[in-house]
Amino acid sequence: MADSAVKPVIELKNVKKVYGKDVVGLKDINLTINKGEFVVIVGLSGAGKSTLLRSINRLIDITEGDILINGESITKAKGKELRMLRRNIGMIFQSFNLVKRSSVLRNVLTGRVGYYPTWKSTLNLFTKEDKQRAYDALQQVDLADKVYTRADELSGGQQQRVAIARVLTQDPDIILADEPTASLDPQTSRRVMQDLRMLNEKHGMTVVINLHSVELAQEFGKRVIGVRAGEIIYDGKMSETPKETFDQIYSGGDQDE
Amino acid sequence: MSSTEEETLMTLPKKKFKILNLLWIILFVVGLVVSTKVTKTSLGALFANFGQFADIFLQMLHPNWSYLGAVIPLILETIKMAILGTVIGSILAFVYSLLIARNIVKNKAVTGILRVIMNIIRTVPDLLLGAIFVAIVGIGPVAGILALAICTFGIVVKLFYEAIETIDPGPIEALTAVGANKLQIIVFAVLPQVMTYFISYCLYAFEINVRASTVLGYIGAGGIGLYLQETLQVFDYPKTGTIIIAIILVVVLIDYVSSKSREALMK
Repeated sequence: MADSAVKPVIELKNVKKVYGKDVVGLKDINLTINKGEFVVIVGLSGAGKSTLLRSINRLIDITEGDILINGESITKAKGKELRMLRRNIGMIFQSFNLVKRSSVLRNVLTGRVGYYPTWKSTLNLFTKEDKQRAYDALQQVDLADKVYTRADELSGGQQQRVAIARVLTQDPDIILADEPTASLDPQTSRRVMQDLRMLNEKHGMTVVINLHSVELAQEFGKRVIGVRAGEIIYDGKMSETPKETFDQIYSGGDQDE
Repeated sequence: MSSTEEETLMTLPKKKFKILNLLWIILFVVGLVVSTKVTKTSLGALFANFGQFADIFLQMLHPNWSYLGAVIPLILETIKMAILGTVIGSILAFVYSLLIARNIVKNKAVTGILRVIMNIIRTVPDLLLGAIFVAIVGIGPVAGILALAICTFGIVVKLFYEAIETIDPGPIEALTAVGANKLQIIVFAVLPQVMTYFISYCLYAFEINVRASTVLGYIGAGGIGLYLQETLQVFDYPKTGTIIIAIILVVVLIDYVSSKSREALMK
């Protein structure tokens, strides 16, 4: 896959994360993800998938090493610089993380907040184009009729699709999805995965997803990364990954070191 | 044998008598008697003068309605004081709460020091605050407004920062990931979750302020309390009665409206 034309968008260099004094989250991770890839990260709970994903947009600070986004170090970025890098990385969460008391439209518009100066966004002065952009995003996830509905009135699957519309409105190069389907039923899960595939194929966004479900990983993933006990133990194309590999990744239930 | 055993299981077993409970009761009774002796409280005095109480009460039951014209402007002043005090105190409490909520300001030294200051302010009773402000800005409603503002601050800040700390952290995370700065996170992730609580707490503080402001006049801090004191001093109980009825009406009305609005808010 190391095409000379493809540019790496995410680079992890000797990344290490230690929680507290001696709980190892990640140990010496080296990983390169190129533009337009659709990567699924699989592994047991507690293997370090979430830590890996969250360190990419620095919701978690790493202990050692460096992470580059489009060649720029997010580890060293501060203040505005960090916010600019984050603006370019969308995120989908297991628990959707919508503001439940706000309308769907306002939730989707929050994706644009990073593009506005504080006073303008605070006064809710979103431009007409951005409101239209938010509405277009809602149309793409088939929720156009819910624009002014309060977010907590939607079902779980609909809420996750609002979150996808939020990311679409944010218009980043990279999407990180942390167990986006873990709290959804199988059918809704597939719908959400299809929407994520749409972001990848139609909008050319690089997508990195943490998944529990092997079936969904096999159906949607193009590249698989297996994580166990804070280490990458497998990295390959989905089409070349045999079923046994998944068994290996999911073996050795205890993550205790 | 077995049948009696069954019977004992069927009937409610007697609770065991605890000697300790009896000792507590004796201790309380002795304590009560001793403390009345020490403080020279005489329940007899209350009953001996019961006739006078009844007399005053009867006089108050015949309010002087012509006095109402003088009472209403002062009642209005009292309400205005309460409103201004609530607004000023709430605005201060709003900003302060954001500064002491640990899920917003991560620096524990800052929140710790600000919380100690808050707790000191909260311990000062409203009448003392009124007296202090009368000494500082002089007699009149301004002193009352300032005292009420500080009281409101004390009530709202405590309730509101606790509400902020119990919000769902998800949206904060989402906004952080989007590249929002601190203020944007507050506006988009925090405030939508707590604004109804804030308004509800302000209304609650307003209820308390209306009641408190009726008394503040007593120490010269403006409002209806001034007349209350004047009429009581000259034993003009019909006038006092008019004032008390007016106060009760206003307080009941405002309590009712306020609690109904708070119920509606929380839906």
